[in-house]
Amino acid sequence: MVLDCKHVWGEISNYIDGDVDPSVLAGVEEHLAHCRHCAAVLDSTRNILYLIADDRTFALPIGFGERLRARLENEIR
Amino acid sequence: MIQNERRSLAGPSDPQTRREAEMISRIVAGERELFFDLIKPYERAVFLTAYSVLRSEADAEEIAQEGMLKAYKALSRFRGDSKFSTWLVKITLNEALMRLRRSRPGSEVPLQEFVDEADGDFTPAVLTDWREIPSEALERKELRDILQRAVDELPQNYRAVLIMRDVREMNTAETAQCLGVSEGVVKTRLLRARLMMQKIVAPQLQAQSRKK
Repeated sequence: MVLDCKHVWGEISNYIDGDVDPSVLAGVEEHLAHCRHCAAVLDSTRNILYLIADDRTFALPIGFGERLRARLENEIR
Repeated sequence: MIQNERRSLAGPSDPQTRREAEMISRIVAGERELFFDLIKPYERAVFLTAYSVLRSEADAEEIAQEGMLKAYKALSRFRGDSKFSTWLVKITLNEALMRLRRSRPGSEVPLQEFVDEADGDFTPAVLTDWREIPSEALERKELRDILQRAVDELPQNYRAVLIMRDVREMNTAETAQCLGVSEGVVKTRLLRARLMMQKIVAPQLQAQSRKK
């Protein structure tokens, strides 16, 4: 199956999750092997998701746990 | 890599679910101190859930505390129909949405905050190549700010899915259960959210790496 770029963009998220429909998967991989633009879209998206999953990107505010415990202890005792 | 990091939905025989069920019984019976142990693993999840709605660290912290307190008060009514973490996140999500509505009196949340799945045609930033940004680069506040601002820019319903799936690494079924939508809706929102993130972030990161 020959897929255009737009079709492949629509599968990028499922592709990252390993969840592309088997009937389309070969077409997506064929396209990615030959289209440097779509390969760069895949690589950049995957890289960005890897960075946002890192605990440093969305860290808990310093002292969060202590303030939470203090509040709960105050309310539930 | 991402698909390998997903946690599966826990069934009733899951050791963690059994351990939590036992803790809940003891807390309800009067061992209040155990509640702190029960919620400790979910502090970040609850905070991020509130943050995904409110986009303010201070407000998210306050609502996370409210959510935990509400969960404590309602603990005797928890029946184990879902995982404890899912139940806790749902409570916090509702608290955060109520806070958002209260902060905008007389009006519903603006329409652009809730983009419909059928709307728009999302295209990524077109690049000719991509140079990998290693996780060590996150030591730079500038990079963390770019990523946080991009997440903040997403419409609320896309931001919630992205944070649950890609920051908290919940699976599709858990995310759908928390948000009260189908798994298909989660997947559609996630695709849009990921492509929007790529469109916002990739050109900025590329421009930064060219400067060096």
